[in-house]
Amino acid sequence: MGSSLNIGAPVTRRGFLASLAAGSLVLAARVSPASTLLAVVGQDGSDTAFEPNLWLSIDPSGAVTIVTHRSEMGTGIRTSLPMVVADELEADWARVTLRQAIGDARYGDQNTDGSRSVRQFYEVMRVAGAAARTLLERAAAEIWGVDAAECKARLHEVHHAATGRSIGFGELVARARTLEAPAEGELTFKTPAERRYVGQPVPIVDLADMVTGRATFGIDARREGQLFAVVARSPVLGAPLKSVDDTAAREVAGVVDVLTIPGYEGVHGFQPLGGVAVLANSTWAAIAGRKALKLEWGESDNDSYDSEAFEREMVATSRRAGTSWRTAGDTAAAFEAADEGSVHEADYYVPLLAHASMEPPAAVAEVTVDEDGKAIRCEAWAATQNPQAAQEQVAATLGLELADVIVNVTLLGGGFGRKSKPDYVAEAAWLSRATRRPVHVTWTREDDIRHDYYHTVAAVHMRAAVDERGMPTAWLQRSVFPPIFSTFAPGMTSPSDFELALGFTDVPYVLPNLTVESGDAPAHVRIGWLRSVAHIYHALAVCSFPDELARRAGRDPYEYLMELLGEDRLLDLEGVQYPNQGESLERYPFDVGRLKAVTKRVAQMAGWGRELPKGKGLGIACHRSFLSYYATVVEVDVDRRGALTIPKVWSVLDAGLILNPDRVRAQMEGATAFGASLALHGEITAVDGAIQQSNFHDYKVARMYDSPRAIECEIVSSEALPGGVGETGVPPFAPALCNAIAAATGVRVRRLPISKTDLRWS
Amino acid sequence: MPKLTINGEPVELTDLDPRTPLLWVLRDSLNLTGTKFGCGIAQCGACTVHVNGTAMRSCSVAIGSLEGREVTTIEGLSPDGSHPVQKAWAQMNVPQCGYCQTGQIMSAAALIASNPEPDDDAIDSFMGGNICRCGTYPRIRAAILSAAQEARQ
Ligand code: FES
Ligand code: FES
Repeated sequence: MGSSLNIGAPVTRRGFLASLAAGSLVLAARVSPASTLLAVVGQDGSDTAFEPNLWLSIDPSGAVTIVTHRSEMGTGIRTSLPMVVADELEADWARVTLRQAIGDARYGDQNTDGSRSVRQFYEVMRVAGAAARTLLERAAAEIWGVDAAECKARLHEVHHAATGRSIGFGELVARARTLEAPAEGELTFKTPAERRYVGQPVPIVDLADMVTGRATFGIDARREGQLFAVVARSPVLGAPLKSVDDTAAREVAGVVDVLTIPGYEGVHGFQPLGGVAVLANSTWAAIAGRKALKLEWGESDNDSYDSEAFEREMVATSRRAGTSWRTAGDTAAAFEAADEGSVHEADYYVPLLAHASMEPPAAVAEVTVDEDGKAIRCEAWAATQNPQAAQEQVAATLGLELADVIVNVTLLGGGFGRKSKPDYVAEAAWLSRATRRPVHVTWTREDDIRHDYYHTVAAVHMRAAVDERGMPTAWLQRSVFPPIFSTFAPGMTSPSDFELALGFTDVPYVLPNLTVESGDAPAHVRIGWLRSVAHIYHALAVCSFPDELARRAGRDPYEYLMELLGEDRLLDLEGVQYPNQGESLERYPFDVGRLKAVTKRVAQMAGWGRELPKGKGLGIACHRSFLSYYATVVEVDVDRRGALTIPKVWSVLDAGLILNPDRVRAQMEGATAFGASLALHGEITAVDGAIQQSNFHDYKVARMYDSPRAIECEIVSSEALPGGVGETGVPPFAPALCNAIAAATGVRVRRLPISKTDLRWS
Repeated sequence: MPKLTINGEPVELTDLDPRTPLLWVLRDSLNLTGTKFGCGIAQCGACTVHVNGTAMRSCSVAIGSLEGREVTTIEGLSPDGSHPVQKAWAQMNVPQCGYCQTGQIMSAAALIASNPEPDDDAIDSFMGGNICRCGTYPRIRAAILSAAQEARQ
């Protein structure tokens, strides 16, 4: 591919756009910094833009267009990655427009998920910007007949200091188009002091649209002549449709059609669940029509699922020997040697959780069919975190080639992992083919709560024997949960190394005798991933248990925690199956020193150690996730009747290099509220296989009055490799809150949500 | 069918079931999609609009009940995003995903109109009906305080 490099060839704007739209001319397989330089589409034509690589173009007026390929669901990533390109390019941000990429493998990974956008694409964006800047500087040098080393780009112009000349980017376009691409080794990058946008609190590009109602989400996408659809799905996962009586539904004013979408084949994965769709000329008419349906569902293997009984089974499993994942010393012998009175046990539990993004899943699809009604092309507009998965699922559902499926990405009204699963896009596509009209599918809130890809339910058993100072001489921890892979592999009941690496196999304490195990559990609902995934239940156990041990020993929990964390060191995970978010431990070690540093700092900020009256308390927790380090102190106020408020939270994040500190801070604030929702309220339950909750009255989330009233955040200033931000603040919140409640009231909450525990004290 | 005004424009709606919630008339008939759907049962505030100046959840107001009323949606709150609440929102970078924000802004504007000097408790209670799943609450609070101050000047 290197030899077919055609950067210097004339590139037409139309050709470039057409190739973007058609997903053709795929040149770069894996997007790396090096392939970024090669990913240019050259075609003959009359257009005049300079398109040095896949990620940007500059037209003769000087207007810069940057492709933004990750989905915007509130993290600011749609703005932050282009900032890197603009910075290295020395572009004037005011003259930059963004183009949201369609789903296309040319961009590399687009699944905006796993808090990895910056980690995976910072370098790519830097190279894209620097390569373009280098060519503009060389173009200016040629025009002036000077050495390129003397030409420096600055704010949309190239300058020649010796002669005081300057020339705008737009005027350089024609010449730059004729130049060979620079090799990666020829690029230079800015020093931190030279950065113009990176590290600055740049407002997101959608801000004005968001405050005026012009921002367009998946639910707002409109195609000429579209039908609005909602789908009735089986209350129990996997129950087949037995009979449909749609007579009354068809009589509802505005209803146009009622159609049965077939159920999924094999394991559900990202396939539509199937069900009965009501299509109408408004969402409301479709909802009213659906209410009038009379449906009967058959039997399912999941009919007997009862979340209460299941909880008891899971807790029992977590107390039995399981599969070993990490050991040190001889835990069994150490427990054997310990006095009975020195053993402490705890069982933690987190129920199923729903994502409940404020915008429920929604998409519109427009399928073109041939005269036999066979699909030949589909274009969709979707609130999706994962446009390539949407493209693949739509192609599979309709029997199309990938190249014939275009997925446009709208803004997302939250995602939290739900919108990585494109079942709803495929529903719209299936309905559009059947009706030969564009179809917009909206999930109502009831659909969203009852048919989610739930965050899995988990039971974690902790057991330690301690010495006279309360320090552990033996430590056992065991995690049991229906695994995410049950969504992709039929009957899968065993957790993966990936899930256990999320805050469990990497327990960072000094534990001479350690056993980490897992147990199996079957899934009876669709299991997915939710903001911070398995860290939620693992951090609850791993960050609460030391607090329990400290209190038991009559010690200060913060000092105890710091002693338990031990010396500053890189955690030794030799021999442990530890995926580390796909990064090597050389590049991204588990640095206990960084974890301790954020913990120490947050304790200082919170004024740890101050006296508080009974009913008030501070709790602390620290956790590494998504390759970043986070510590939180929560202050709680519990009155004698057990009513709880959270006056203040302090948090410190070390995520290495930060692109946009204001958006990172917003993620820290947001993670706190998200943590408060799941800690205080979140619980999905099932009876006879059917989910019991349906909307925000019975699936409660944090509101303004029960969220922390004040949040003080600090970000460690660092040039370390970037880690994740979006999810990292979530895991330590619930344990810090539970630890605070223990400090305030003496009540230890081990089962979420906290609202299920009576916190009265006297 | 009811005659009403929406953002100052007289509107006469035909061919609509009078029980249709205002929300869906705005979104699906009039293409005013700035008003959002979040729950449909007056639990989340995403659909908040002003009816004769009062904040209402448009998902739970039947269009047939609005004869002669004046409805203001986010699109009509100001011609150009210059309402003090919108300005404070932009200045403090309140939105994350942005989805709940139009409803938050409509609620906040109604709060300030009825209570020019809201304190923390007043904000908690008035804004308690508006969910933000992204957790922009601290900034919403700060933006309301700042917008209220600006509006008083
Ligand atoms: S959609 Fe009206 S309050 Fe939620
Ligand atoms: S900003 Fe996303 S729900 Fe409020």
